Amino acid sequence: MAIAETVDDAEQSAGSDLFRQRIRSAWLFLTPMLVVLAIVAGWPLLRSIYFSFTNASLTNINAAQWIGFENYLSITTLKSGRVIYDGLLVDPLWWKSVWNTVRFSVVSVISETIIGMMVALVLNAEFRGRGIVRAAILVPWAIPTIVSAKMWAWMLNDQFGIINDILLNLGLISQKIAWTANPDTAMLAVLMVDIWKTTPFMALLILAGLQMIPGDIYEAAKIDGVHPVKVFFRVTLPLVRPALMVAIIFRMLDALRIFDLIYVLTANNAQTKTMSVFARENLFDFDKFAYGSAASTMLFLILTVITVVYIIVGKVNFEGGR
Amino acid sequence: MLWHVIKRVAFYLLVIGIVFISIFPFYYAIITSFKSGTALFEINYWPRTFSLANYTQVLTTGSFPRNLANSLLIASVVVAISLVLAVTASFALSRVRFAGRSLLLFTILAVSMFPQIAVLSGLFELVRFFGIFNTPFALIFSYMIFTLPFTVWILTTFMRDLPIEIEEAAIVDGASPWVIITKVFLPLMWPALVTTGLLAFIAAWNEFLFALTFTSSNNTRTVPVAIALLSGATQYEIPWGNIMAASVIVTVPLVVLVLIFQRKIISGLTAGGVKG
Repeated sequence: MAIAETVDDAEQSAGSDLFRQRIRSAWLFLTPMLVVLAIVAGWPLLRSIYFSFTNASLTNINAAQWIGFENYLSITTLKSGRVIYDGLLVDPLWWKSVWNTVRFSVVSVISETIIGMMVALVLNAEFRGRGIVRAAILVPWAIPTIVSAKMWAWMLNDQFGIINDILLNLGLISQKIAWTANPDTAMLAVLMVDIWKTTPFMALLILAGLQMIPGDIYEAAKIDGVHPVKVFFRVTLPLVRPALMVAIIFRMLDALRIFDLIYVLTANNAQTKTMSVFARENLFDFDKFAYGSAASTMLFLILTVITVVYIIVGKVNFEGGR
Repeated sequence: MLWHVIKRVAFYLLVIGIVFISIFPFYYAIITSFKSGTALFEINYWPRTFSLANYTQVLTTGSFPRNLANSLLIASVVVAISLVLAVTASFALSRVRFAGRSLLLFTILAVSMFPQIAVLSGLFELVRFFGIFNTPFALIFSYMIFTLPFTVWILTTFMRDLPIEIEEAAIVDGASPWVIITKVFLPLMWPALVTTGLLAFIAAWNEFLFALTFTSSNNTRTVPVAIALLSGATQYEIPWGNIMAASVIVTVPLVVLVLIFQRKIISGLTAGGVKG
């Protein structure tokens, strides 16, 4: 806005005049979008952070009073001299959900990257029926997350689920497993569904990177008799790396904020409770609005730190993804 | 020679495996949706019985038709508003050089990767303040947070790749930027607008967290929330047949659209890195 207002077009030459007029209308064109984003993203973010420093409750948000860092950490010294620590930073349930989220994100993104790379390499090869495969892998991507959660919940059903049936018939398990309810398998179930749902996205992004590699590099390697595995690690992987790095950070950010799949597939299972589920539960189910805001602020902070570290350490260039 | 055949067979087994794993869950949801009564609890790999009972029940009882209408309305309006705001904004971001442009682009990308939960309590306050809680407006409003940055980003990358020559003649003729957008760029942008609009539509259609939080009655819910909360006669009786029928109803149009526009969608996805 500042630029548009400082434009003084009285004494400009014709070319520069046009240039300034263009800049002014550029800001005019940007303003509606920026205003909407400020209202729908900027302001609510600031308010959420503010709430985390208050004692706001769901029923009476307006009466929120500033209480400082109490929601994060409050230290009370009793008369007996005992010190009691309270707040998010010492809440074992919160740290458990942080751990769940990180574990889920790392395992799912690594699996998706490996499987996605495989699928992308297949799709990058010339063969009959390639179009069918590409269409088929778009199906999991197109299915709404809630629907895929329900579809898999049905397939993973302990009594009537087809997965137990297949595994029993193959002799891989001896009795039916309650996949989504059992603490040992709940995370596995969530991972399975998430990997199924999001690998196509990964595969397509990697495929776009693969298709930018000029074919004559492979020709040269072939003539020189370089082993295909060596070609993959020495040629393909380094060249596809920029696209891969962008795909990984997108997926990582997506995985770290996961909510819907877990909310539907393994509701109330402590083994799969993630940061987002923890925050929403406190905000709206437990009437701990301020505490939930503190959790969502922490989540935002954790995501920002991870992203910044990743971009710096990985030297990510966002132009490389295209 | 034998080695060559083995490699060929292994490759096609991999291909069949990928296709099978991709589409089997959807196939299984479809055959389940056509089962009714006790047939539901027999595990079949092939369709055995055919009954439309689940579909008639979902479409005639309860609020599911209403939820479908809500989702359709909300997603369409969200797409329309985002595209209008994004076309002009992305013209400015892609065709005009000005100070702070890359910072602005980076901010927009950052907002598109925003964790929705981080703004949830602030948005909740705002929605209540505007008096739009439990109305479609709450969702139309809040969905801008992910559709708008994403459409701006994709349209910007698209417009940036158009050659400068197409504008030059118009600039020489003294056309204003608004005329340049509507007369020069818009006719060229239809493919990009269709792709972006479709991707934004899918994102809005599938959204769950805001829809769950900002609506509270059966009649105002969108389809994902309705499916997540679909319950049977008792708490312990999950109506799997109905859930599968509802799932198929909301998914078939999406799958058909995606398959028709698959080339465009793939190029849009790889340009924008949209949420899967």
